[in-house]
Amino acid sequence: MGKSYHTIAFYPERCDGCGDCVKACSRAKSGTQDPVHSRIQVARDPGGASFGLALCRQCGEPQCVMNCPAGALKKDEETGIVRLDDTNCVGCHLCTLACGYGGITYNSETGQLMKCDMCGGDPVCVKSCRAGALELKTGADLYNAWGDYEDLFVPGISACLGCNSELLIRHTLRRVGPNTVVATPPGCIAGVGAVGYNGLTATKTPVFHPLLTNTASMLAGARRYYNRIGRDVTMLAFAGDGGAADVGFQSLSGAAERGEQMIFICVDNEGYMNTGVQRSSTTPFGAWTSTTPVGTVLRGKTRDAKPLPVIMMMHNCEYVATASTAFMQDYYEKLEKAIIAAKRGMAYIHVFSPCPTGWRFLPSQLIEVGRKAVESNMVPLWEYDHRESRLRFTHPVQNPLPVTQYLRLIGKYRHLSQEQIDRIQKVAEAGIRMLRHFSDEKDERSAAV
Amino acid sequence: MSRTKYLIIGSSHAGLSAAEAIRLYDQDGALTMISAEKAYPYSPTILPYVVSGKVHEDRIFLRDQAWFDKRNIRFLNGATVTGVHAEKKSVSLESGREMSYEKLLIATGAEPELPPVAGLKECPHYKLRTVDDAINIRGALKKGGSAIVLGGGLIGMHAAENMARAGLKVTVVEMLRQVLPGYFDPQAAGLIQKVFTENGVKILTGNPATNVTSAHGACAVSLRNGLDLSAHVLLVAAGVRPRISFLAGSPVGTDAGILVDERMRTSAQDIWAAGDVAQAGSFLGPEKILNGIVPDAVEQGRIAGMDMAGDPSLKPYSGGIAMNTYSFFGNRSFSVGLSLAEASEEDLEVDTIYSPAGLKYQKLVFREDRLIGASAINAALDPGVICQTIRRKVQMGEMKRGFAASPLEYGRLFMSRLWR
Ligand SMILES: Cc1cc2nc3c(=O)[nH]c(=O)nc-3n(C[C@H](O)[C@H](O)[C@H](O)COP(=O)(O)OP(=O)(O)OC[C@H]3O[C@@H](n4cnc5c(N)ncnc54)[C@H](O)[C@@H]3O)c2cc1C
Repeated sequence: MGKSYHTIAFYPERCDGCGDCVKACSRAKSGTQDPVHSRIQVARDPGGASFGLALCRQCGEPQCVMNCPAGALKKDEETGIVRLDDTNCVGCHLCTLACGYGGITYNSETGQLMKCDMCGGDPVCVKSCRAGALELKTGADLYNAWGDYEDLFVPGISACLGCNSELLIRHTLRRVGPNTVVATPPGCIAGVGAVGYNGLTATKTPVFHPLLTNTASMLAGARRYYNRIGRDVTMLAFAGDGGAADVGFQSLSGAAERGEQMIFICVDNEGYMNTGVQRSSTTPFGAWTSTTPVGTVLRGKTRDAKPLPVIMMMHNCEYVATASTAFMQDYYEKLEKAIIAAKRGMAYIHVFSPCPTGWRFLPSQLIEVGRKAVESNMVPLWEYDHRESRLRFTHPVQNPLPVTQYLRLIGKYRHLSQEQIDRIQKVAEAGIRMLRHFSDEKDERSAAV
Repeated sequence: MSRTKYLIIGSSHAGLSAAEAIRLYDQDGALTMISAEKAYPYSPTILPYVVSGKVHEDRIFLRDQAWFDKRNIRFLNGATVTGVHAEKKSVSLESGREMSYEKLLIATGAEPELPPVAGLKECPHYKLRTVDDAINIRGALKKGGSAIVLGGGLIGMHAAENMARAGLKVTVVEMLRQVLPGYFDPQAAGLIQKVFTENGVKILTGNPATNVTSAHGACAVSLRNGLDLSAHVLLVAAGVRPRISFLAGSPVGTDAGILVDERMRTSAQDIWAAGDVAQAGSFLGPEKILNGIVPDAVEQGRIAGMDMAGDPSLKPYSGGIAMNTYSFFGNRSFSVGLSLAEASEEDLEVDTIYSPAGLKYQKLVFREDRLIGASAINAALDPGVICQTIRRKVQMGEMKRGFAASPLEYGRLFMSRLWR
């Protein structure tokens, strides 16, 4: 258990629909180019502009194997390849019902079922793909690719147990790279040691500690200076929700409007967590904080959170995204886009950051809280690209969990009455509805939620 | 008394799926599986193929000893549970032994049901749920002659085909007006019936058997409309009922099956149920249903296992959907969700392709812009993708027309966008 296997990764944005993979597969499996024999099939959308792939995913917990009554399907524990043994297969086709990916198909020429066997480890489809849309990968490859970037942060950190700041800082700096100036205004990120101690910085890049109010303007100034001397240096801010949505808002709004070139990351833990858990404008309705206490009259915060990512989108930033450390690959993909966008203007990423200390949940539950927030639509993951003027859901949730599944993990919501829960549910649903208006309704209706 | 942390009764689809789910989260907790039969786990679904000789009974096993050893699972086969003592948290076995558990899963499946036909109990007949049943039927086929199959469901139709291929003269008696109810509408069932008729199988629908007698190694069956049939072999395939008799006197709440919630918990503390034995929520309605199919046994077993182990990534059961694949005389078919709805039914829209000459059928049932049922004969579709389209409640919007015209391509497109 726990082994990392090879899989065929598909990058739809690189696919041009040429069909070479289909031909290559047919040739390898049958000696003809007849697509009827191909284990890989390309699905195209009606406009012909984007492509999907029907192919066995060699799943970790393969449903086809579990549903096969004949013992004809097995996941090879050495290679991870899900194998169909023709001599045991009775042709009941239950596997085709169990697989949600079109990974096992009926071959009308041979009358048998067929599926990808990865050509024993060196798949011909990958080799045939000139567009580079197919790659042979292992889960560990992905991890290694990230690990290959230099770690630009000191070992050790003084964050609270279970805080996601280390995960966030380390990965972000790895990807953004050493050619960066980092600003961390007062807040948890500076507080956990990012600015360093005793005259030593905690990062291997220049880092400074602006005021809560002027992070974006100081970075704007620094970038303009570098532009003047002809150096392309990335400006990166790690600000809390206080430093972005409240106290820091006017400088952020101004810099966004002027199109200052930077990546501004808001680490949103929904309040002033390192000064004693006070409310902020991103604290959600109903949440307990030390300034929205729970007593006989007041039952947590009485106002809804300010939707800062949407507000930033309305600033015409080059790139705006929401992210979560529970969805690291999604975050990496967004960082890549932000790095490029920040050469043209502002890239704003709003990272949902659950706080075990201030929100009262077990440190071990950090990722689970992040996951449930996304799966209940409390925190939808999306991105907005100014050049397309279009919002895209990057992790659409078809059947959202009820918000209670998220709320019940967290102590700051323990006191909620049914009415309060109902309101939070409504706010989540209304939030999604609003976002959908910004997405491309025609294509994305189904991809929306 | 021996003890175990997790105890699973039944080692077929539901039990195995639960065991895998438990071991994904808890590698060490003592896990014991008990099975009444003295064999490694196998699926009842394989049995028609044992009857036909397509597979030999030595080759049907889903797991071997190495699989159990590797996962540190104790497998007790040939042991039947005769009672559950929820208050003591133990079960008793036929051998008189007792075993205590912390968490118990009942995955004992179902058994053939004898329809209320006069004389049936006394008349020698065949049924099909265990390997021994299959071997018995296979033996009967060698003798040739004629056969009557009571019940035109999947099991009956499979058996009828096998018998016809073995050279028997077969008659299927189905009390409803069509075969394969629940999976196909009368039009599609008619196509299937036609194929059977062409292959020499007589299908009598719309009349239940009222009386059965046996004489001189043959059995005589009378139908309500007065028709009298006789044959050498009588196979009863008139539905199944959950195996719950050993629960008598226990606090586990039952209706037709063991009632479970969306985590497969029964009404009794620390007891779960999954698979054919369970009566769980429905995807399409508020009622609790019996849904005796492999995909549901696997899914329910997985949820039960996750909940027993305390796996936090558990997502509650979204409800059973009737679904199946079915091959007959070289043709393929499948059905997921609603198959019966007529276009006249309020707020449903039906899209049908019916081509008897080419033996092709395809019916899609929509509610607004969502698919809620699909059934097809010899159509090139991905049944699993169609199933996900239903289960994920994909709102097709303007793409609905495209989907209705080419469900294979559009289904794959939804998959690529929504759950790849
Ligand atoms: C002939 C036939 C054809 C079928 N074809 C299909 C098909 O095409 N598609 C489909 O989806 N489904 C089909 N099914 C149904 C499918 O096999 C069942 O839905 C599935 O096997 C249910 O799995 P289960 O684990 O719940 O129970 P079962 O498979 O019934 O297993 C229950 C196990 O529990 C054991 N057991 C029972 N009582 C006790 C006890 N007291 N003590 C110890 N052990 C006990 C039994 O020995 C058995 O091994 C078919 C069934 C039959 C009989």
